[in-house]
Amino acid sequence: MGDFLLVTIQVDMHDRLAITLQEDLTERIVNDRTRGVLIDISALDIVDSFIGRTLGNIASMSRILDAETVVVGMQPSVAITLVELGLSLPGIRTALNVDRGMDLLRESLERG
Amino acid sequence: MVVGKASEIRVASQDDVVVVRQAVRARAVEIGLNLVDQTKIVTAASELARNTVVYGGGGTVLLESLLDGGRRGLRLTFEDRGPGITDIEKAMQDGYTTGVGLGLGLGGARRLVSEFHITSRPGEGTQVRVTKWNG
Repeated sequence: MGDFLLVTIQVDMHDRLAITLQEDLTERIVNDRTRGVLIDISALDIVDSFIGRTLGNIASMSRILDAETVVVGMQPSVAITLVELGLSLPGIRTALNVDRGMDLLRESLERG
Repeated sequence: MVVGKASEIRVASQDDVVVVRQAVRARAVEIGLNLVDQTKIVTAASELARNTVVYGGGGTVLLESLLDGGRRGLRLTFEDRGPGITDIEKAMQDGYTTGVGLGLGLGGARRLVSEFHITSRPGEGTQVRVTKWNG
């Protein structure tokens, strides 16, 4: 079982920063041969369409690079807002917190 | 209806979008919106501020605290002198975009606020005015 990469987003990201994160992450997945990525967004007090799309891109890209992505820690108010905005984050796996996210990654790697 | 505190912020770059989000959050807390409503108005502001930068070529947003009877509200007016929108109805539809986005900005923002008003003239610019009430 490979090691997991844990990314904690702790700043209010402007769009360029979100794209940088996307690029850095895919590079790390390849260089570290990471099989699982956890993105902790518990510190984010909003997810707008741009950040939502970036998370989706990261999930798709990591899948192509043979890694699973799980987004963890979304605040309830953010989830409510996302759905009304019209973003249901298709293709993105989510978990309540880092521990549950790790369990999810372990399970799917054992199955795979 | 009484207009209380008002302030204007420049919206010209991606960094300004972050500044707008933070200013709207502070004002939403100040007028006593609950956490979900704060999140909704900040998210709507983020979408509209990005539109102002990306499609409008930059502009301004006016933040106004409102008092109407017993309820309090926050009104945001985004203005740009960009190319304008030819077909507003189409622009409001989910999934419609002339740019690089998901096409959720305008329609999505409308669903997150209490009142939504858009005026646009091709060649002259666009004004989007949204209000969130606390009750």
